[in-house]
Amino acid sequence: MDPLRPDLVVDSVTGVDVALPVAGPGARSFAFIIDWHIRTILAVAWYIIAALIYNRSWHFTAPLSPNAHWFIYVVAPPAVIYFLYHPAWEIATRGQSPGKRVAGVQTVGRNGGAPSVGSVLTRNVFRLIDSFPFAYAVGLVTCMLTRNSVRIGDLAAGTLLVYSHTDAALVRYRGEGLSSRQLDTNTAEVVTELLYRWDSLDKAARRRIARSIIPESEADDDSTLRSRLEQMAGGDLPKHAIAEEVKA
Amino acid sequence: MSEAAREHALKVALLQRSDLWKRAAARTRRLSGRRTDDALDAASMADDYRLLAHDVAKVRRLLPDSRSREYLEAAYAQAHAGLYRSAWHPGYALLELFRDDIPAVVNWLRPHIIWATALFVLTVIAGYQMVHSYPDLIALFASPELIATVERGQLWTEGLLNVVPSSVLSLQILTNNIVVSLFAYCAGFLFGLGTLYILGLNGLMLGAVFAFTSLHGLGDDLFRFVVAHGCVEISVMCLSGAAGAAVGEALIRPGSGSRGESFQRAALQSGKLIAACVALLVGSGLIEGYISPNPVYPLWVRVVIGVSYWLFMLALLNGWLFPRRRA
Repeated sequence: MDPLRPDLVVDSVTGVDVALPVAGPGARSFAFIIDWHIRTILAVAWYIIAALIYNRSWHFTAPLSPNAHWFIYVVAPPAVIYFLYHPAWEIATRGQSPGKRVAGVQTVGRNGGAPSVGSVLTRNVFRLIDSFPFAYAVGLVTCMLTRNSVRIGDLAAGTLLVYSHTDAALVRYRGEGLSSRQLDTNTAEVVTELLYRWDSLDKAARRRIARSIIPESEADDDSTLRSRLEQMAGGDLPKHAIAEEVKA
Repeated sequence: MSEAAREHALKVALLQRSDLWKRAAARTRRLSGRRTDDALDAASMADDYRLLAHDVAKVRRLLPDSRSREYLEAAYAQAHAGLYRSAWHPGYALLELFRDDIPAVVNWLRPHIIWATALFVLTVIAGYQMVHSYPDLIALFASPELIATVERGQLWTEGLLNVVPSSVLSLQILTNNIVVSLFAYCAGFLFGLGTLYILGLNGLMLGAVFAFTSLHGLGDDLFRFVVAHGCVEISVMCLSGAAGAAVGEALIRPGSGSRGESFQRAALQSGKLIAACVALLVGSGLIEGYISPNPVYPLWVRVVIGVSYWLFMLALLNGWLFPRRRA
């Protein structure tokens, strides 16, 4: 869509390829920062609440001789939340996490579909390398240098981040509700092509084609046929509606 | 009819179909989020896919920079993903992983496993020889506290359960081992050098510590501590090293495909073995937390546990635990 932004193009049996706009380092970082805040807040909140319950007093420091319960109920769950946040979300939601949802991106495989569980686990295991030496420096640099803006984990797993555009909305028009009068685009194309070549076509031929489109027009003369076809092609949409539809 | 009027008419005809797009997009969203057994739903989805494909082609030509195109492209991509999504049954996927995938990966990685094991054994011998000949070199591999404890004639594992409960010890150990194993695998990204470093360092440390404890008459005690969990733990170290080496080799010698494709293939394939390694390390960690430091268990029990768990690992990795049913 955007000539400056590469698309993941996937072949389809319909003959019309599926084009998914690839997310760049900015969208990735935005999603990551949101996810990092969510998992940090969740992990810290769990630790504080569990520590307060464990200590039965208003302090949340570790006891001098912590027992197994301290580790199992207070220490382990925040660690699990923090470290398994990404794989758990991506497996459960097929490639999305809350941060990615907010940023409007999602992880997909090279076939444009949801990544497999193996791919999700592999891309997350490779965070060990991407997070080196600090603040995901390796991942960020790789992301900036690679064509599809992918980090090492994505290279290993065969995944990439694309814009999901689930919030894309259509403008409502006055003529929209007239479903009985809608033409499919193939018919519309034939009608407009017929009108375009009306004068150059043999009279009998153009009448035959017009009647195949409007069967109930047996008795109509040539000019009536043409005006009916023009009415069909024109539809109810005024020109300004299309101008409104096209982005500035 | 003029060219402009023709274009206008086609755009009008296209935009009038927006209700159909909305219905198709809504159905796709509804069906891609859940499982359905309704054949009508599946047929509708296939129809929607064709409808969206048709209109995407039109909108790309007629309204290339429009909200309609953005909407249609998103709906079409979602329909594509939903239609081509393979069915996934966790139980069956897990069975397939352990029954088919892991034995195949082990077979594929056999040369790497042999080389990684050879390297590990050689570094163990080298570490042992180094510290046996020059005991001061233990400072390179062990902490001052560990050295001081051994020099006092004690093993650092003695009385471990008085300090840390078994459950906590297990958790700490298995977490640490899993992280080391994952590192050995991921470090293969550095053309295999990172894996070789981790494997070599662990081998040197093991040999060095055994030599140092032997010099102070504690070698048998260390063996007694290690044997129950060590057989599998050390084997898993070699397996992770082999997986990392395969990733490194894929980057060095990509074969017929591109380097990226080769890396991806190797990482995904050998990653399956890492999943088995993680599962095995959980068992190892439990043994190391509950059995190894507990003086109640005599040596023969530890040997039986260690060897049995190792045989279990062998059976798991070769797919003998989940044999295929004969047709």
